[in-house]
Amino acid sequence: MSYKRRKAINKVMIFISILTFLIGAFFLFWILGDIFLKGIRHINLRMFVELPKPPGVPGGGIGNALVGTLILTILASIIGIPIGIMVGVYVNEYGRGKLAWWTKFLSEVLTSFPTIIIGVFVYLIVVVPMKSFSALAGGIALGIIMLPIIAKSADESIKMVPNSLREAAYALGVPKWRTILKVVIPSASSGIITGIMIAIARVMGETAPLLFTSLNNVYWSLSLTKPIGSLTVTIFNYATSPYDDWRNMAYASALVLVFLILILNIIARIYGGRKK
Amino acid sequence: MKRNLGDIIFKILAVLSSLALISLVLFLFVELVIYSVPSIKKFGIKFLVEKIWDPVAEKYGALPAIYGTLVTSFFALLIAFPLSIGIAIFISELSPPLLQRPLSFIIELLGAIPSLIYGMWGLFSLAPLIQLKVGPFLQRILGFLPLFQGYPIGVGYLTASIVLSIMIIPTISSLSREILMAVPKDQREAGYALGMTKWEVIWRVVLGNAKSGIFAAGMLGLGRALGEAVAVTMVIGNFYDISISLFSPGVTITSVIINEFAEATGQLKISVLMELALILFIITFFVMGFARYYILKRIEGR
Repeated sequence: MSYKRRKAINKVMIFISILTFLIGAFFLFWILGDIFLKGIRHINLRMFVELPKPPGVPGGGIGNALVGTLILTILASIIGIPIGIMVGVYVNEYGRGKLAWWTKFLSEVLTSFPTIIIGVFVYLIVVVPMKSFSALAGGIALGIIMLPIIAKSADESIKMVPNSLREAAYALGVPKWRTILKVVIPSASSGIITGIMIAIARVMGETAPLLFTSLNNVYWSLSLTKPIGSLTVTIFNYATSPYDDWRNMAYASALVLVFLILILNIIARIYGGRKK
Repeated sequence: MKRNLGDIIFKILAVLSSLALISLVLFLFVELVIYSVPSIKKFGIKFLVEKIWDPVAEKYGALPAIYGTLVTSFFALLIAFPLSIGIAIFISELSPPLLQRPLSFIIELLGAIPSLIYGMWGLFSLAPLIQLKVGPFLQRILGFLPLFQGYPIGVGYLTASIVLSIMIIPTISSLSREILMAVPKDQREAGYALGMTKWEVIWRVVLGNAKSGIFAAGMLGLGRALGEAVAVTMVIGNFYDISISLFSPGVTITSVIINEFAEATGQLKISVLMELALILFIITFFVMGFARYYILKRIEGR
């Protein structure tokens, strides 16, 4: 192959590679722009505090869904965060053998496991025995989804804590568990907090598992044993309905959801990048 | 003594958390198997090869759902894999180091968008475009293939594949990028010293080195596509049949579970849906497990 031809191939392939990135970025801006342009027209302040209305009736909102999503996210955090961090502690500070390997492996598999299956599972173990869809079931499903994400970020940031810090604590006679709680986890906290924010953003956008667990509720509800509305299920129902009113409301609510998720991701990115 | 007690309790908590995670996966599998038993008993192996869905006569077969899941995921991977590799190459090899983080953040944001949003975009923005522009165009140039025959109605295998492909780009590209960046610098320099062009270094040295890792990244993307639920349900068309044409509407395992679940009252129908979930569990577990095992073993060396 002549040098000229090799140079030409070089140019073409580099151009193609740049093009693939532009295609990816193009789709990001298309999807976000689409939601923004169709949502911004129908957004108003009243929708944040009102209940959904039947199609054809003007007004109506997603107040109950916002509260529902908040409750579900808190429940999920209560389950997912402590267990996730402890898994990260275990694989770094205690685990050497098979158990640690399997924990790591299954945690990785679970991270990208179909969330619909987790929804179905929680339906079987919580909804069926309780004979009712409930906020609790939704929170458990989202907590299970959160768990491996937190575990991975805890694992990775605890791994970065230098051993000299642990040794310094031991030299002062601090027991291992106090060292982990007072030295290791605080040193790893920025990575763990980044992971928590990413995990919260992720579960806020989950729809499929909630269809099997918390279902939906068009009224205000704070009860953990009753079905509860959520932003995603509300949007899903509105978007797949044949009514224009509801579809417009779906776009306005989707804009709220995307905004919340993007903000969380951007804060996580800035916060996580700051200390590196 | 008191100090020891604290250590023991803390260690037990840590071990229990790990065991909770492991037993969760086992328990999940066992529950699905138990609930699938009525369906497995009634239909046996025929469940996997029949394409009937008749709740009134209580006759079910999973073939269209399995077919739809495999076809959409396969085409999604076919589109997303080369794009993702290109993106990974651009970010790791061609862009200035200062821009690498912001550029990869742009692609990672694609992964942060909820699947519901992809579904809405796919249904209301992409599907009409497929119906009116992309479909007829593909028919004109590739219409001789059975894949592109029939009338594009917007929703269907093709739309689902495209939506899925965009959703799995961040999964494949961010892992590939990490793998490319892990290739040692002296290898690239050795390539340049031999007089290779930039592209030859990327293609022969860097990619040659990262081949197996990129393969694992592709598997991971495939796993994500197989299990995607809401977005696919919104754009697949929900027609319980098998069709060679990509323009046809179809079903996937996840879309059947979501759509039929609300109307599932009988024991048998629930059991059928659980068996579908079990099939999805097994397929994705093997695909993901293979990819993750590979990454843990070969790349992180654990």
